[in-house]
Amino acid sequence: MSLQDLQNIPYGKKILELKNISLAFGGVKALTDVSFEVNKGEVFAIIGPNGAGKSSMLNVINGFYKPTSGLINFAGTDRKGMEPEFAAKSGIARTFQNIALFKGMSTLDNLMTGRLLKQKQNFLMQALYFGPAGKEEEIHREKVERVIDFLDLQSIRRTPVGSLPYGLQKRVELGRALAMEPEILLLDEPMAGMNVEEKQDMSRFVLTVNNEFKTTIVLIEHDMGVVMDISDRIVVLDYGKKIGSGFPQEIRNNKAVIDAYLGVSDD
Amino acid sequence: MIYKETGQYKSSYKSDHAIFPLIQDKVLFSTLMLIAFLVVPFFINSYWEKAILVPFLIFSLAAIGLNILTGYCGQVSLGTGGFMAVGAFSTYKIMTSFPDLNIMIIVLISGVITAAVGIVFGLPSLRIKGFYLAVATLAAQFFLVWLFNKVPWFYNYSATGQITVSERLMFGIPVTGATAPPYATYLFCLVLVVLLGFAAKNMIRSKIGRSWMAIRDMDIAAEIIGVPPLKTKLSAFAVSSFFIGVSGALYFAIFLGAIEVTESFDIMTMSFPVLFMIIIGGLGSMLGSFLGAGFIVTLPIGLKFIMVDLIGLSAVTAKHFEISIWGLLMIVFLIVEPHGLARLWSITKEKLRRWPFPY
Amino acid sequence: MSVDLLNFIETVLNGLMSGVMYSLVALGFVLIFKASGVFNFAQGVFALFAALTLVGYQTGQVPFAHLINELFGTNYHHWYASMPNFLAIILTMITMIALAWVIERLVLKHLINQEPIILFMATIGLAFVLEGVGDLMWGSNVKVLDVGIPSGGSEWLEQATIGLAPEGSDYYGMYVDVLNVWASVIAVVLVVSLALFSQYTKTGRALRAVADDHQAALSVGISLRTIWVLVWAISGFIAMVAGIMWGTESGVQFSLSLIALKALPVLILGGFTSIPGAIIGGLMIGVGEKLAEIYIGGFFQIGALENWFAYVMALVFLLFRPQGLFGEKIIERV
Repeated sequence: MSLQDLQNIPYGKKILELKNISLAFGGVKALTDVSFEVNKGEVFAIIGPNGAGKSSMLNVINGFYKPTSGLINFAGTDRKGMEPEFAAKSGIARTFQNIALFKGMSTLDNLMTGRLLKQKQNFLMQALYFGPAGKEEEIHREKVERVIDFLDLQSIRRTPVGSLPYGLQKRVELGRALAMEPEILLLDEPMAGMNVEEKQDMSRFVLTVNNEFKTTIVLIEHDMGVVMDISDRIVVLDYGKKIGSGFPQEIRNNKAVIDAYLGVSDD
Repeated sequence: MIYKETGQYKSSYKSDHAIFPLIQDKVLFSTLMLIAFLVVPFFINSYWEKAILVPFLIFSLAAIGLNILTGYCGQVSLGTGGFMAVGAFSTYKIMTSFPDLNIMIIVLISGVITAAVGIVFGLPSLRIKGFYLAVATLAAQFFLVWLFNKVPWFYNYSATGQITVSERLMFGIPVTGATAPPYATYLFCLVLVVLLGFAAKNMIRSKIGRSWMAIRDMDIAAEIIGVPPLKTKLSAFAVSSFFIGVSGALYFAIFLGAIEVTESFDIMTMSFPVLFMIIIGGLGSMLGSFLGAGFIVTLPIGLKFIMVDLIGLSAVTAKHFEISIWGLLMIVFLIVEPHGLARLWSITKEKLRRWPFPY
Repeated sequence: MSVDLLNFIETVLNGLMSGVMYSLVALGFVLIFKASGVFNFAQGVFALFAALTLVGYQTGQVPFAHLINELFGTNYHHWYASMPNFLAIILTMITMIALAWVIERLVLKHLINQEPIILFMATIGLAFVLEGVGDLMWGSNVKVLDVGIPSGGSEWLEQATIGLAPEGSDYYGMYVDVLNVWASVIAVVLVVSLALFSQYTKTGRALRAVADDHQAALSVGISLRTIWVLVWAISGFIAMVAGIMWGTESGVQFSLSLIALKALPVLILGGFTSIPGAIIGGLMIGVGEKLAEIYIGGFFQIGALENWFAYVMALVFLLFRPQGLFGEKIIERV
């Protein structure tokens, strides 16, 4: 499996399929028998109330958790689980619900870490720096600068990200994921805690990435307005189980989903 | 307006990514280098050599080494003394086994051997973190010192357990042993420090350095963007140990000439002082490694001057004071300026940029 | 019983006894770590400082005598010839409480919300300060400490075991230091009273609350700072007990604080947050070390394995169980 295989999948065809995924920590069941598939080039949303297992699902997809049972079909191959490094190498990038940036490093360096897997020079060459290692640095710097331009991060290029406001940190994190030039982008609540304008900005970035780079996007979001607006298809989780899936319009009218969000009366 | 940045435009990523992007820094650094290479050797005497310059250079290397591991990669190590001992004893064994080998090569090989040992003791770092790892490095410290103290093969079965350096030449001039002139030992160390210093800086501003910092700042996120944790941590252990090993080799061969391992490479006399250097100098800063080494080397001299020569305290009492002051400084820096002297320098630069205007 | 078996039992017994000493220091570590999340590297120096202070009070030394004499050319040495043991111990206790208060005021207060590793390094600095100040106050010469705890080999055990060996073998009976037996008894009393204190008193409950979650504890009106001073004072007390035991055994000197570093591998074995872990870890390290010294060291004809064996033992252990014997399993989250 390589990045190439992933790129060869035609748009609209299945790129990732989760088959009967269950995940348990000791006795606690985070996910129970969840299945869905993601098609290439779409914006796919995972929604559900708090504690529904959405983040666990992303963690399974990029290999941070290994499912207790079930299979992940990734670009046509069935796997019992992914490895984080393998996932990153095969073109899966992600952002986190609680921002996971490298706080001591500048915005530029954070974005450059997104290029790590693509840099090939060994450490001895890097110690010498002259010649190939230095050239390599410049090539990747140029790619990163494009991301910086795209996300309007120019003014905070040299600022340590730990000191940036929350909204900007979210954007830098998106930038780091984009710097990896991913085929699949996993976004864990990219708009949590943002105001309306910031949400609009973020939605615009997400849609542009999807339209222009044709990146497949899997996203978790609580703001129903945003989800209904930008996603192509949706899956709904509740207590670790899938309770619905389909196009936004279908979800809107799904009885189980409405019950999960509003509660069911006992009678 | 000494540090004026305006008007210094960069037209390529290369110049923007240079080690000294500002012209002022470049000039300052070049002047320092000129003085260090062309002026100091003509005026250096044995007091400056033995008391200040050579120990400063040697400890700078050790501090860079520890800073790579602790400051850049976030793995706290208390085993610096043990790793320096590996460098020293490797040098001794190679020296006595291959009398014709050039001393520079011996020192570098010693560094490589220390790097290998560092990798072995770095293996647990995959499973354990934080102070657990710090305790694990204590195992390296105590085990290595014990090994060189108790296994006679390492000190060639000498009766005292000491190892002693023999004379080695570089371009016909002795650099080790009692007859080595001050300028020769100084220049030998200086060349190594400058070359290895640049190598370290280059690694830090490249992929490998960013991987280290990613692991330091958030290891889980680093793993998810594809930084292999074990490989990255081990590379930090290896590079760090290489620097520390070279510094241990110089400490033995160039600086002291004769060494008793339990005395010279003890946790109190070596591991902690080097840790102080990087904390006071600045964690995760190249400049800080040098400032810290300079500070720790000159502090005892200054304190001794004030307390013994001026106030008239006994040397023992002054020593006790010195210990408390080290501890105190460490706490004060951690509270007030966790980024150390290096940060103070950049604040000064900030001030100089606006000087003579207050704002 | 064969002589070999008797020797083995003796080694294990002595290992258990010296293990108790490690446990005592480890106990202080665990308390502080649980309550304030600080890994107090200075705990060993605490023990040294307490022992130094105790001897100082006992023998009526003038604090900072050397310094004063050197500065002003005077010749002060002692206030008085001796002081009753219990009074000296109480005074030392008060000193340790004062020390805890000072540390909270000057160091901890300023490091709230810092990363644990920064706090850890600050305690290394603290260790140096205390060591230097201890030496300045009381002098760095080796001191004899005697608070009336019996010491020396137990004759009863020696006589009792001599008959166990086969007829005609030249076995002289087991050697176990009575001091160590006392240390074990005191350790047991300490642990039991700590457990009772933390389970059944209001302060104890507050202590456990703080250990669990600082902010939650704050929100129900527990004063974090009072608890911290309390915890550091209790640790100071434990350090004093350890200092007395160690000081009686091998004299009060700097190496005391180095022996105390052995408590670190104990913590790794037992887990940082478990009091029973500290005890059992200490015993394991004590026994392992003594056995290694006699059997591995004896086999290879090499000594002083005690210098490092504990650390390597802990290291190997860590590889298989990173959270320690009784520590909580760490689940990583993102």
